[in-house]
Amino acid sequence: MKPESRLAPAEVFRPEAARKRAGASLRRLWKDKLALVSLLFLCFVVFCSVAAPLVSPHDPTKGTLVNRMKPPFWVKGGSQRFILGTDQQGRDVLSRILWGGRVSLTVGFVCVAISGALGTVLGLISGYFGKWVDTVIMRIVDIQSSFPGLLVALTFVMVLGPGEWNLIAALTFNGWMVHARMARGQVLSMRETTMVEATRAIGCPTGHILFGHILPNIISPLITTYVLEIARIIGAEATMSFLGYGIQPPQSSWGLMIGEGRIYIGQAWWLVTFPGVAIALTILALNLVGNWIRIELDPLHRSRH
Amino acid sequence: MFRYVVLRLGYCVLVIVGVSLLVFVITHLIGSPVDIMLPLQATDEERAQLEHQLGLDRPLIYQLMDFASGLVRLDFGLSWWQKEPALGIVLERMPATFQLVVLSFIVAAVVSVPLGILAAYHPGSTLDRVLTAGALTGICVPTFWVGLMLVTVFAVGLGWFYTSGYGTIRHLILPTLSLAIVPAGRIAQIMRFSMLDQLNQQYVTTARAKGLDERTVIFKHALKNAAPAVITTVGVDLGRMLAGISSPVEHVFGWPGFGTLILDTIQHQDFPLLQACVFVVAIIVTVINLVTDLSYGLFDPRIKY
Repeated sequence: MKPESRLAPAEVFRPEAARKRAGASLRRLWKDKLALVSLLFLCFVVFCSVAAPLVSPHDPTKGTLVNRMKPPFWVKGGSQRFILGTDQQGRDVLSRILWGGRVSLTVGFVCVAISGALGTVLGLISGYFGKWVDTVIMRIVDIQSSFPGLLVALTFVMVLGPGEWNLIAALTFNGWMVHARMARGQVLSMRETTMVEATRAIGCPTGHILFGHILPNIISPLITTYVLEIARIIGAEATMSFLGYGIQPPQSSWGLMIGEGRIYIGQAWWLVTFPGVAIALTILALNLVGNWIRIELDPLHRSRH
Repeated sequence: MFRYVVLRLGYCVLVIVGVSLLVFVITHLIGSPVDIMLPLQATDEERAQLEHQLGLDRPLIYQLMDFASGLVRLDFGLSWWQKEPALGIVLERMPATFQLVVLSFIVAAVVSVPLGILAAYHPGSTLDRVLTAGALTGICVPTFWVGLMLVTVFAVGLGWFYTSGYGTIRHLILPTLSLAIVPAGRIAQIMRFSMLDQLNQQYVTTARAKGLDERTVIFKHALKNAAPAVITTVGVDLGRMLAGISSPVEHVFGWPGFGTLILDTIQHQDFPLLQACVFVVAIIVTVINLVTDLSYGLFDPRIKY
């Protein structure tokens, strides 16, 4: 007989209870209009990014100089063919935003997947073992997080050279500390519970205690951090690309578009405005959804609202 | 107290030296500035000559020892790009950044502290909701984009201010506003949260019950207890902003500060200058952290070191 089944009867899956919980969640989401709109917007962004090759009206990397610097269609001189206008090389701004979203979201998800996994594991180890292991890991976390991430990322890129994967490496290196701190804090409160004591008493291997018993119980607060970190990474990617050290042309990225359009700010306001709106709305929506998830996953917090 | 400060100062020195050495080793192990400094068609001979000239062909351990002895004398050598003492160049650029950052924090605090208190005093009101949404938006929107939008409207469109440069008040206002957005949002959020927390405490009820006027209750009792949380955030954010986070905004406005210097350093792969930058950043960050920690004692006499 597997020991876990006797130890954690509360975790037995009951479909009717789960359905009830999901229903209550959805009703609360319907009431929280801001979170609902953000979630729908994020779904829309994800859809556009995944389907960029299908939905984008033009090739994002090729343009004809005849069509250069066309304003959005509602401004005089604009055309219906280029809804948000064209840039200095005659490339369609809307198509570039759609393809740029692909890059931003990929960088965000990949960075958080790696740094989240790394940080969570280190945080689990730090919190569970304590003593000098904890001191060493947390000192590194303290020191690294007190340095501005932008400077660290720039140094990284200076050494490795610019490019998408080097950027991902730099941002991942910058991002693990938050997750480590978060996981450690959660483990500290779990470590002394009877559940952990019992698993230890029946001789569960340490790895199994950490990942099979502690991690599932602390995952909900961590999920909020993951979502908020995706938002932060997207902002960081935009900044790095804007400065010219992130995504390289002719690839498209929201930050890069702003960086390229910056010189023409006197003549073509749309080059800088629309990609910026895309960045701002995406980050804002991710933050609102992150906050909603936090409240949703934390029953104590919810009752206070 | 004295013992604590000495211990912390020792720790600061350890961090500063450790980070400097780490950056030195990493840049020298992986980086190859010679490729950047010479034209593409340079011969191998020319490369070797430049490497020799910069001392890069010597064993790493010798270079490291030279660097360490220079570190003790605060001598980082000549900048490869400017051919002047590296630390001098960095210190020359600090006042411009200092001016910009401090001014923007003053603007942020003057706007956000009263609004935060007001929102906490009327939780759930329209003002509270508008402020909460506004603060979150301010934090989410990329600063460099805010800067460019301000330029589009107020410099290009209305012609009130200059698009870039340094010297007069018409140069100063737009970069100050762009930099103030994020701290303003952060201060408003934390001020509101921390004040709300204090206003729900029993001592506030007691103070009101014994007939103190509302102004005394809020400003003398609650604010004094709510302040440390705000001070910590402001302190840490201020340090990070001075230490290079201002780069994108300085870049947008061509501000001759530390932020643009960092970008130039990265672009020119100037190792001595990078070391000087890292050194100054490490000092700012550690000192600000120390001062913030010590400031708790000013607000809360119960805290002893």
